Amino acid sequence: MADGRLNAVEGLAPHASRLRTLLVRLVANRSIALGGGLVAIITLLAVFAPLVAPYDPLESNFRARLLPPSAQHWFGTDHFGRDVLSRVIYGGRLSLEIGFLVVLATGIFGTLIGGCAGYFRALDNPVMRLMDAWMAFPAILLAIAVSATLGASVTNVVIALALATTPHTARIVRASVLVVREMEYVEAARALGARDMRILFVHVLLNSIAPLIVRLTYVFAIAILAEAVLSYIGVGPPPPAPSFGNIIANGRDFMVEAPWVTIFPGVAIFVVVLGLNLLGDGLRDVLDPRMRVER
Amino acid sequence: MLSFVLRRLLSSIPVLILVSLMTFALIWLVPGDPASVFLDASATPEQIENLRRQLGLDQPIWAQMLSWYERVLSGDLGQSILLRRSVADAILERLPITLSLAALALFFAVLFGILLGSLAAVNHQRWGDQSIMALALLGLSIPDFWLGLVLIVVFAVQLGWLPSGGYVPITEDFVGWARSMALPAFTLTVTQIGFIARMTRSAMLDVLRQDYVRTADAKGLSHSFVVVRHALPNALVPILTVTGVIAGGLLGGAVVVEQVFFLPGLGRLIIGAILSRDFPVIQGGLLMLAVIYLVINLIVDLLYALIDPRVRYG
Amino acid sequence: MTAALASQTPPSLTVEALSTATGPVRRRLTILEDVSFTVSPGEVIGIVGESGSGKSMLALTLMNLLPRSIVRTAGTVRLGDTVLTDLSGKAWRDRRGRDMAMIFQEPMTSLNPVMRIGQQIEEVLVRRRRMSGRDANREAVRLLERVEISSPAERLRAYPHELSGGMRQRVMIAIALAANARILIADEPTTALDVTIQAQILDLLRQLQAEMGMALILITHDLGVVAEMAHRVMVLYAGRVAELAPVDSIFDDPRHPYTKALLASIPTIDSRRERLTTIDGSVPTVGAMPSGCRFASRCPVARDVCKTLAPPVMPIAEDHGVACLEPFDYAPPPVGLSGAA
Repeated sequence: MADGRLNAVEGLAPHASRLRTLLVRLVANRSIALGGGLVAIITLLAVFAPLVAPYDPLESNFRARLLPPSAQHWFGTDHFGRDVLSRVIYGGRLSLEIGFLVVLATGIFGTLIGGCAGYFRALDNPVMRLMDAWMAFPAILLAIAVSATLGASVTNVVIALALATTPHTARIVRASVLVVREMEYVEAARALGARDMRILFVHVLLNSIAPLIVRLTYVFAIAILAEAVLSYIGVGPPPPAPSFGNIIANGRDFMVEAPWVTIFPGVAIFVVVLGLNLLGDGLRDVLDPRMRVER
Repeated sequence: MLSFVLRRLLSSIPVLILVSLMTFALIWLVPGDPASVFLDASATPEQIENLRRQLGLDQPIWAQMLSWYERVLSGDLGQSILLRRSVADAILERLPITLSLAALALFFAVLFGILLGSLAAVNHQRWGDQSIMALALLGLSIPDFWLGLVLIVVFAVQLGWLPSGGYVPITEDFVGWARSMALPAFTLTVTQIGFIARMTRSAMLDVLRQDYVRTADAKGLSHSFVVVRHALPNALVPILTVTGVIAGGLLGGAVVVEQVFFLPGLGRLIIGAILSRDFPVIQGGLLMLAVIYLVINLIVDLLYALIDPRVRYG
Repeated sequence: MTAALASQTPPSLTVEALSTATGPVRRRLTILEDVSFTVSPGEVIGIVGESGSGKSMLALTLMNLLPRSIVRTAGTVRLGDTVLTDLSGKAWRDRRGRDMAMIFQEPMTSLNPVMRIGQQIEEVLVRRRRMSGRDANREAVRLLERVEISSPAERLRAYPHELSGGMRQRVMIAIALAANARILIADEPTTALDVTIQAQILDLLRQLQAEMGMALILITHDLGVVAEMAHRVMVLYAGRVAELAPVDSIFDDPRHPYTKALLASIPTIDSRRERLTTIDGSVPTVGAMPSGCRFASRCPVARDVCKTLAPPVMPIAEDHGVACLEPFDYAPPPVGLSGAA
C-alpha cells in the first residue's frame, strides 16, 4: 500500500532513470513477455496476412469442400472449400481491428465519463448511478441488442461493444481520479491557478493512466470474445469477410463431420485472449502497485 | 441491521428508476420508425399505423412513458408482437430455466473458485499456486459458446453420454433435468470460475498476512482450521464483491449458453425478440435481467453485513 | 549436567546458538546470530533493543511462527526435556497455545475482526484443552474476570471493533491464559497503548505472572518497563546478544558500550514513550552487517580489533555475560566459558 502511494506521488516527475527501471521491470515480467509475445505473433500474422496466408480466404473451391487438415490445408477447408488457415489469418485481421477500435472508443469515453465524474463532485453521484444502471444489463446482451438494432456492420459492432465496456472502464478511471485528485501536487496546481480542465487532463489523468492501461488490455480481450459471440448469434460483422467469430458460426452446422472448421478459429481466439489476459496481468503487476499482491 | 437493510433498499431505488428509463428509451435507439422496422416492406400504411397505436408510438413521449410506468408497476409488460401473448407470461415461463442455469453455475463457480483460490494462496509461489492460477487464466480465455460446441461434439455426439441440447423440466424428471443441465452449467462454470479463484487468492494472500491470523496460529490451532475458520471469513467480503460483479457476466453468459444448447430460457427469448425486433419482449426481458442483477447485488451487500460486523454497525 | 539442574529448578526454556536468515539459499543474509539464553519457571526476562535488533524475530522463532521467507539456520530451542527444534512443524505447533503463548504489539489488529471475543477465547479451551462448550463459556467468563474486564458475560458477545485498545490487549492476555501456558512471550505489549493504559496492562501482567508462576519473556524497547518488571535482562543489538545479566547488574554495572548508551538515552520518567534514538548512527541493516562487532561503527570505545573480531558472550561475573572486548582490556579470555549465557 505504502509502496503504491509513494509511486503515485513520485510519478509527478518521471525521471529518465525511473522510466528506465520501469522499462526494465516491464521487460523482466514473465506474464508480459509471454502474453506480449503471443499477441505480437498474432498481430504480425494479421498485419501481413496477404503475405502469410497460403490461399485467398474468400476463394471457394467446391471440389475441396470440408477437407480435413492436410499438408495442403493445415487447418482443412470449410463447406465452400475455402482454406480455414487463410480464413483464420484474415479473420484475425478483422477481429483485432474491431478489438483495437473498441479499446480506442472505450478509452476515450470511459476516460471522459470517469474523469469528469471523479473530478467534478457535482457530477459524481448522478453519473455513477447512471453507470450502475448501465452495468445492470448484461454487457453481452446489450451489445447484441445494439448491434441487431443498428444493423450488422463493423462500425455498429464496434459501437455496440464500446457501449458495453464503457461503464466499467469509467468506474475504474473515476476511482483512480478520486485518489489522485486529493494528492498534494493537484492541490498545488490548483493553488497556482491552473484551470480545472488543465488540471484534469495534465495532472489527474496522466497519473491515473496505469489502471486505465490495464483495464483497456482486458477490454481488448473482452472485445475479441464478444465479437465472436455476436457473430455466432448472427449480428456480428457481415460475411463473407472472415472474423474469428463468423468462421465458427459458419462451421457450426458441420461440427460433427468437419470439427476443424470450428476448432481452429476457436483456438485462435483462445490464444489471442490468453495473450491479452497475460499481458494485462503483467501490466497490472508492474504499473499498478495498488493492485499488486506483494511478491 | 434493520436500518442497514432499509438504507441499502432505498439507495437501490434511483438505479432501478434509471434502469427502467433506459429500457424504455431502448426503443428510441432504432433508426426510423420501430413499427415499420418490425413489419416488412410489403406492409400497408394501415398495418403500420395499427402497430404504432398498439405500441403507443402515436402518443407524445411523456404520455408513452407515463403509461409504460403505469403498466410496468402493475406487472404488465405489454403484449409480444410476435408471440401474440403477454410478455410477462412468456418471461415467467422461461425465467426458471435461465435462473437455474445461472444459479448452478454460480454455485459451482463460487464453491470451486474459493476452494482453488484458497489452495493457491496457501501454497503461494509453489507449483500448486502456479498451476491453479494458470488453469484459472485458461478458463477466463476460452470463448464460452465455442467451449459449449466442443463439449457437445465430444460428450453428446462422439461419446453419447449426455444430450446435445434441449431442456427437461426438473418437475418431470430430475435425472433428465440434471443431464440436460450438465454441459451448459459446466460450460458457464468454467468461464466464470477464474474470476472467483483469482479474487479468492489475492484476498486470502492479503488476509493470511494479517496479525489476527498470526494470533490464531500462535494458539496452536491446526493450519487448515486457521485458514478455514479465521482467514476465509475475512476474505469473503472481496470475494462477494467480485461475485456481484460477475453476476452480470454470468447472466450474459447464460444467455449465450442457452443459445448453444437450445435451452428455451430467457436468453433465447430475448435474442429471438432482438432478431425479430419484438420490442415489448426485448424491453421486458432486459428489465427482468437488470432487476435480477440488482437483486443479486442487493443480496451481496446484505451478506457483507452478515459476514462483517463492522459493516452492520458502521 | 541436565540431571543436576533437573533436581533443582528445571529450566523451562533453553535457547542455544540460535540463528535465522533470509534470502535465497546461496546468498543467505543473517538476521539473528548465535543467540543463547535460558528462562526458568516463574522468571521474567526482559529482551531489550532498538527496532531492527531482532527482538520480535526472536519471539517468532521461539513460537515457530516465522514467515516463510525467513528460516532458522542453526541452534536449538528446548522446552523442558523436549527439543522443540527437532519436532515436526505440526508437533511444535501443538506445543503452542499449550505450553507457550504469545501476545503481540498491536492489539488493534491482533484479534479477528469478524469473530466475537468469546469465540476467540473459547476456541482455545475447546480445541486445545478439550473442554465442552458450556465449560468453555464458563471458563471464558472467569478469564475475562481475571484480566479485569467488567461485565465479562456481555463482553464475550462483543466484536473486537467494539473494544478499546487496552481492552483488546486484556482479551489477548485472556487468550494466553486460556492456553494455561508455562511460558508467555509478550512482544511490546504496551507500545501501542496510552501511557495510563500501559501501566495498567503491565500491572496486570506482573500480577498474573506472579500468581500463576509462569515464565514471562517480555520484549520491549523501554528500559523503564524492564526495570519494573524483569528479573534478568538480555540486550540485543543487530541480531546478536550484547549483554545478558540480572536487572540490577544491567542498571548498576552495565559492561557493554551499547547497554551504557541505551541507559544514557533513557528519557526522564514522564516521557517513557520516547524511542531510543539518541545514539548516533543506526542499527546496521540485514545484508549490510559488518564482519566484526556489529556495534563497532557506533561504538565510542571501538578499536581496530573490533572491526574484525565479533566477540561471543563471555562471562564477566558469575551471572553476567557480555559480548564486548573492552571489559577484558581487548584481550579476550579463551572462548568456551559461556556458562553465564
